[in-house]
Amino acid sequence: MEVDFGPAVRDFRDELRDWLADHLVGEFADHRGVGGPTDGAAWEVRLAWDRELSAGNWLGVGWPREYGGRGLGLLEEIVFEYEYARANAPYRATVNALDLLGPMLLKVGGETQKKRFLPPILAVEELWGQGFSEPGAGSDLASVRTRADRDGDSWVVNGQKVWTSFGMHADWLYVLTRTDPQSVRHKGLTMLLLPTDQPGVEIRPIRNLAGQDEFAEVFLSDARTGADMVVGEVGQGWRTAMATLGIERGTTLLPQQLTFEREAEAVIDLARDRGALDDPMLRRRIVDAWISVRIMRTTNLRTLAELTAGRTPGAQATTAKLYASTRHQQLGQLATELAGPAGQVVGEDYGLDTRQRSFLLALAETIYGGSSEIQRNIIGEQLLGLPKEPRP
Amino acid sequence: MDLTFSEEQDELRKVVRSFLAKHSDEADVRRLAADPHGYDGVVWRRMATELGLQGLAVPEEYGGFGFGYVDLGIVFEEAGRALLGGPYFATVALAAEALLRCDDAQARRDLLPGIAAGETVATLALTEESGRWDEPGIRLTAHDRAGGWRLTGAKTYVPDGHLADLLLVAARTLGGISLFAVEADAPGLARTPLPTLDQTRKQARLEFTDTPARLLGTEGTAWPALERTLATASVLLAAEQVGGAAAALDAAVDYAGIRVQYGRPIGSFQGIKHKCADMLVEIESARSAAYGGLWALDADDEAEIAIAAALAQAFCSETFTRVAADNIQVHGGIGFTWEHPAHLYFKRAKSSEMLLGTPSYHRELLAARIGI
Repeated sequence: MEVDFGPAVRDFRDELRDWLADHLVGEFADHRGVGGPTDGAAWEVRLAWDRELSAGNWLGVGWPREYGGRGLGLLEEIVFEYEYARANAPYRATVNALDLLGPMLLKVGGETQKKRFLPPILAVEELWGQGFSEPGAGSDLASVRTRADRDGDSWVVNGQKVWTSFGMHADWLYVLTRTDPQSVRHKGLTMLLLPTDQPGVEIRPIRNLAGQDEFAEVFLSDARTGADMVVGEVGQGWRTAMATLGIERGTTLLPQQLTFEREAEAVIDLARDRGALDDPMLRRRIVDAWISVRIMRTTNLRTLAELTAGRTPGAQATTAKLYASTRHQQLGQLATELAGPAGQVVGEDYGLDTRQRSFLLALAETIYGGSSEIQRNIIGEQLLGLPKEPRP
Repeated sequence: MDLTFSEEQDELRKVVRSFLAKHSDEADVRRLAADPHGYDGVVWRRMATELGLQGLAVPEEYGGFGFGYVDLGIVFEEAGRALLGGPYFATVALAAEALLRCDDAQARRDLLPGIAAGETVATLALTEESGRWDEPGIRLTAHDRAGGWRLTGAKTYVPDGHLADLLLVAARTLGGISLFAVEADAPGLARTPLPTLDQTRKQARLEFTDTPARLLGTEGTAWPALERTLATASVLLAAEQVGGAAAALDAAVDYAGIRVQYGRPIGSFQGIKHKCADMLVEIESARSAAYGGLWALDADDEAEIAIAAALAQAFCSETFTRVAADNIQVHGGIGFTWEHPAHLYFKRAKSSEMLLGTPSYHRELLAARIGI
């Protein structure tokens, strides 16, 4: 099933396809498909690729022109993501700012903030990290303890953040802080924009299980930022954070699914080479893997169709993440099994090939963006209306 | 991109759901399950005359309404939700579709208007003792004698075969596989209802002894049309399975919200909540499988239909069975009783798995069609 978004966006799509064909060459072409939400590989090349995209005015397709975007609609944004993934272009190094912070500022940021921060994001001049999770607050963000106290025209921030993706590259952080020390849970939180270039900010990379510097822990000791760096309102940080997470869940599945489709095709080729298609047990798992990616595609198309028709997406928009992350892990395990002993050997310095990287990094997919257990709670309580878990 | 439902389709769903809530409630389902006749003639007529359900996707020139397969899929999803008893699947998904696919405009003109009007109950008799849904499974023979074609042999596991006024019979001739129409009162036809594990969908054994039959289309060329019919029916059955699974989940969720243990509703425990969440994840995935098939049918994309149909049967069959079993589990002891409706869904789920071939069979069809 070829996806056709209609004649209205066909010119846009053709322009994009031509541009990608012309520019995804050389070193960039060598890094096709590299990177991902948890993949720290080839950082410098990917950053250069982001600058290439920026020069072509392809970043911020849906952002208003006054902030450096193209001012196009949701449909073009979707087409961009789809064609981008179809071309298997490198995963954007600045995706955090493009897909999370940018939309958040557009939604709830002040005019001065938008003018100050959005153009440098699109120009790849300033990199951003997300400061949400803490050692004591992973999926349970309402337990955030990092404190921010008002001191004249500044906020003084103390605490620790963790799992900040690509945080060691960040020039700025958007940080969820507690500004009312008496508050509990999601009340009294505030979203702050904080520069990293100051003595009160210490960032240490954490190596992930694939051996990459992918995320970082951030120590904030009397770190300072201006009073005008509050996104949304003081005390409304929870609402701001949730808006961001909603965006995160909505945008990542389409390009991911195309990657999964490629991996499933590779699994079939590998199985054919190994003669595994004649093994009835493996054969069944291979067909099921193919079915899984096909279902992901149709599920995403359902959601896209609803979005473009101006409808509120149905339950599948929420269940898709749990389904995709679980099935992708199964695909990775099957691929690793089919690769056999040869697939167990890695390169120098724990150098992983595409299959090995994907297999290992898939383990994060059932954790980030709300773990599978949290997803099941959300599905059970918000979609099915089951009674809430008792909470202290 | 037309992969979402229109307001008219939402309205169709509402109307069908409300009609079936009235005419296929639990008491109706149980009454018809216990009755060998298996359907309510008055409701059947009203389905045709008031809602146009039998002729929904039949072209207007044959007395139908010319709607698409997505519309028809909505009706099947709702029929599955309500465990609608009776020959709707056999008549619409199998027989009407076979007539539409066979190369015989005269037969369509003769036979489809009765189906669309709710006057004719019809079915497709394909399976024999082997239970196979493929071409080699067809052994019953037809001979062209003076005075016309005659059938000899047996068909069995025929959905609603003892209720149908019109039987479309797949048979083997010297030229190959051919399709025949047989009247219910044809001489030399003996029909025996089979007692079934799933009482909500009836089956029959049919014996043909030199039974006169009308050849549909050209002799020996029926298999491609039958294969396409089975693909369409696979998708519509998948939609029905999705509806049944959704109803089973609704029942589990309702119960989990009111049943109290250890001082709290059981739905507040993660053990139950997460099970229900997983049920919904499977159902939404099954919806994608079924809807993908319906869209392919409306696009009339032959290769895509073949793939989507096998995928839908493989996936939706297992989803319905798993969800229906989980519903019994969530209900605990009460879910294991005859009085509770949970088993009705479970049995329908398991029998639907076999109705057009098992999930393994469809996986293999899929594998062949995508070149694995």
